[in-house]
Amino acid sequence: MPLVAIIALAGITYAFRLAGPLLRDRVRLPKGADGLIAAATAVLLVSLAATQALTQGHGFAGWARPAGVAVAGLLAARKAPFPVIVIAAAAATALLRLAGVG
Amino acid sequence: MGASFGAISVAGGLPWWVPVVMSLLVFAGGAQFAATSVVLAGGSPVAAVAAGALLNTRLAPYGFTVASITSRNWRTRLAGAQITTDESVAFALRETDEGQARRAFWTCGVILYAAWNVCVVFGVLAGTAIRDTAAFGLDATFPAVLLALALPTIRDQRTRIASGAGAAIAVALTPVLPAGLPVLTSLAGLALLPRTAAHQAVLRLRGACARRCGSQIASPKRRHGGED
Repeated sequence: MPLVAIIALAGITYAFRLAGPLLRDRVRLPKGADGLIAAATAVLLVSLAATQALTQGHGFAGWARPAGVAVAGLLAARKAPFPVIVIAAAAATALLRLAGVG
Repeated sequence: MGASFGAISVAGGLPWWVPVVMSLLVFAGGAQFAATSVVLAGGSPVAAVAAGALLNTRLAPYGFTVASITSRNWRTRLAGAQITTDESVAFALRETDEGQARRAFWTCGVILYAAWNVCVVFGVLAGTAIRDTAAFGLDATFPAVLLALALPTIRDQRTRIASGAGAAIAVALTPVLPAGLPVLTSLAGLALLPRTAAHQAVLRLRGACARRCGSQIASPKRRHGGED
């Protein structure tokens, strides 16, 4: 990832953060913007998780990875601590590969 | 979480300074994971920036929420903006007194900024020791983190449907589109939302008309209330 891409993302992010303190006397966020942004966040995160769990390049990633991600999903739904979720996902995938699952 | 970000990024093949610089400048966990994972999956930097930036649009409403806390002078505004995150805003909103809200926001934000960046460096050091990422199942950790971040954001049925549809679209288009783009097409899942929003607007309008005309047309607005 080139430095210029990181700086671009940082600049855009900072602009979002500074918009409120700079503009709050002049601009109001349109009603419903909060809800739409929250929904967009959910859609993007779920889709990122789904595409990266299931695909590798332009094809299927094999069963081991989505299985590990599913384990992570179950733990996350049970509000497991973050490191536990990450390690469980890696461990489940690694063990399945060790057992010969693709 | 910072440590996992540093470790996974480096183990995935990125140079050590990418997660470190990104954490210092961007300082938004979800967007960092998203952008990095798009790049590691072979997507273009433009797609990575787009995914990260779209996730960070949620920081704009946060900025409006905490504007009264940071708007003392220019320095506090500029510094406060950088530590405006899910966590610091949540801590500020828990307090009812403005002084305590201000203290909570700055304490949480500054500690989080320091801890996050220190953890990323430790993660980078650990990540350089890992050679075979597939054998360790490290490729499962990015989607696992993103899923763990996603679950608390899915609060109602409509978001669930939009997310499911978006994910299906993105996965279906992965074989045919360049890497990084399918995720952006998932936003088409949001098209399932405005219809409901428009529906609500019509109901609200009808309710207003009914009040003005003095007639008592049955208004089902309560049934749909509390969703926006």
